[in-house]
Amino acid sequence: MSRAHTPLLNRKRIRKLLLHLVLLLIVLIIGFPLIFAFCVSTQSLPEIISGPKVAISSYLVQNYRGAWQRTNMGRLLFNSTFVALATTFGKIVMSILSAFAIVFFDFRLKSVAFWTIFITLMLPVPVRIVSTYQVISDLGWLNSYTGLIVPLIASATGTFMFRQFYQGVPGEMVEAAQIDGAGPLRFLWSILLPNSWPNIAALFVVLFIGAWNEYLWPLMITHKREMQVVVVGIRSLIPGGGDILPEWNIVMAAAIFALLVPVCVILTMQKWFVELVIEPEK
Amino acid sequence: MSQVTFKNKWLPYLLVLPQIVITVVFVFWPAFTSLRMAFYRTSPFGDRVFFVGWQNFQRLLQSREYLASLRITLFFAGCVTFFGVVISLGIALLLNQSLRGLPFYRTAILWPYGIALPVAGILWMFLFHPNFGLIPYWLRGIIDFDFDWILNADAAMLIIIVTAVWTNLGYNVAFFLAGLQSIPGSLVEAALVDGATSFKAVRHVTIPLLWPTTFFLIVMNLIYALFNTFGLVDAITKGGPGRATEILIYKAYNDGIISLNLGSSAAQSVILMITAILLTVFQFRFMERKVSY
Repeated sequence: MSRAHTPLLNRKRIRKLLLHLVLLLIVLIIGFPLIFAFCVSTQSLPEIISGPKVAISSYLVQNYRGAWQRTNMGRLLFNSTFVALATTFGKIVMSILSAFAIVFFDFRLKSVAFWTIFITLMLPVPVRIVSTYQVISDLGWLNSYTGLIVPLIASATGTFMFRQFYQGVPGEMVEAAQIDGAGPLRFLWSILLPNSWPNIAALFVVLFIGAWNEYLWPLMITHKREMQVVVVGIRSLIPGGGDILPEWNIVMAAAIFALLVPVCVILTMQKWFVELVIEPEK
Repeated sequence: MSQVTFKNKWLPYLLVLPQIVITVVFVFWPAFTSLRMAFYRTSPFGDRVFFVGWQNFQRLLQSREYLASLRITLFFAGCVTFFGVVISLGIALLLNQSLRGLPFYRTAILWPYGIALPVAGILWMFLFHPNFGLIPYWLRGIIDFDFDWILNADAAMLIIIVTAVWTNLGYNVAFFLAGLQSIPGSLVEAALVDGATSFKAVRHVTIPLLWPTTFFLIVMNLIYALFNTFGLVDAITKGGPGRATEILIYKAYNDGIISLNLGSSAAQSVILMITAILLTVFQFRFMERKVSY
């Protein structure tokens, strides 16, 4: 190779290096609120008051224990986990069933069923909150797991995703099953479901995070502390006005408890999320 | 695309039944009640309701508070969408250069998407804390801004905008990356061979081709800012100081649940529902077109 190439290659390499540096800086800036929150959650109150420091101190255990006890964190985390898992599970089961019916059967009210489900997408919880609250209160479901879970269990997103996936299933597969004498439920259980796991995993990520982070609904229908979920429960720690000095170290420890589970779900399962939710056409 | 089907008279009804029942009881019925309530007013003691026709809507559109809330909402949603889309497009363009470690970067940017907005708000609230927060500490002497969100309306607005953008950034970046990777590299190369600088190639080739993704994300971010940010406002600013961060969704809740002004709240809900329907239709229309393109 001629001499002219060497500086060019070097320039390319320097460019790439710079690019990595810029990207790492961006990653650091995005991560900074959490890094700082963690630092604060290890500091004592006098340390915090003496001025902001990005440094880890030695009060970690004490602060996290304080946050755990003060908010009844065990119960909050249990409620969040249980409600999020049950909602997600229910949504997945129901959307598999309805998408299966819509794709693999011809029935007279098919388009009515489809549109009924579709319209759910257009009416997010907040815009119909007051009258939905009335329904739950009439049913006597306030302060109950049923009230927290059941009304949120219909998912148009899930039905759409499975519908799209089922439409792509080769017709020969269905015919083969029919020739073998398999009924529709047998086909769903032994053939469709075993092939759906990546889709289920992708949907799980989206739905679980959505359910865990649901705020307005549990806020409205639970007044008893022991029925609260963590996102609502840590509200009591958020300082309003006044001259009470909030214990920011405890607040930050509680916030970290509240974000740990959904962030871990994203980190461990983001492969499915990215492949099937964001890039489904590939 | 039509699929090979099974023959069964009642099974399909049985399969869709659970979802339809839940949708009717918890979505349709409440939506219908809101719609009806929007045309009624409750007496001051709450014991009687009167039919008032379009009066609730007329009052809203003449109410200075409602129009102020509308302005605040447009500003908030506009900022969240603009900064969310522009910043994530920038990051996606940096990432889309056949780099090593792309999955690492994508994950390192995506994770805040898992954090609930009220919790994310707590993190930012402290970063912006006028006495103990790092940002005011660093900026002291550089700019003169009162970061006290309890007293200063601009500070409160700044916190909720920054938090909303931060939480959704990774989601936007992931979609932009997917969009960028579907643009044939040969097109950009052709532009470069024709003598365009890489900046010009991005400006005149990449960004126009990326428009379907950009449009999709603009609508998604608008929906997010308009309807999903309730928890952020409720937990962090409570619409304050004064009414400076009282966005429409928060006002509808506040007027209905706290002030028990059910007719007005229902009328507000109906306006929000229509907005949500329009945005969703817009988004779906577009997604269909994207598939054919």
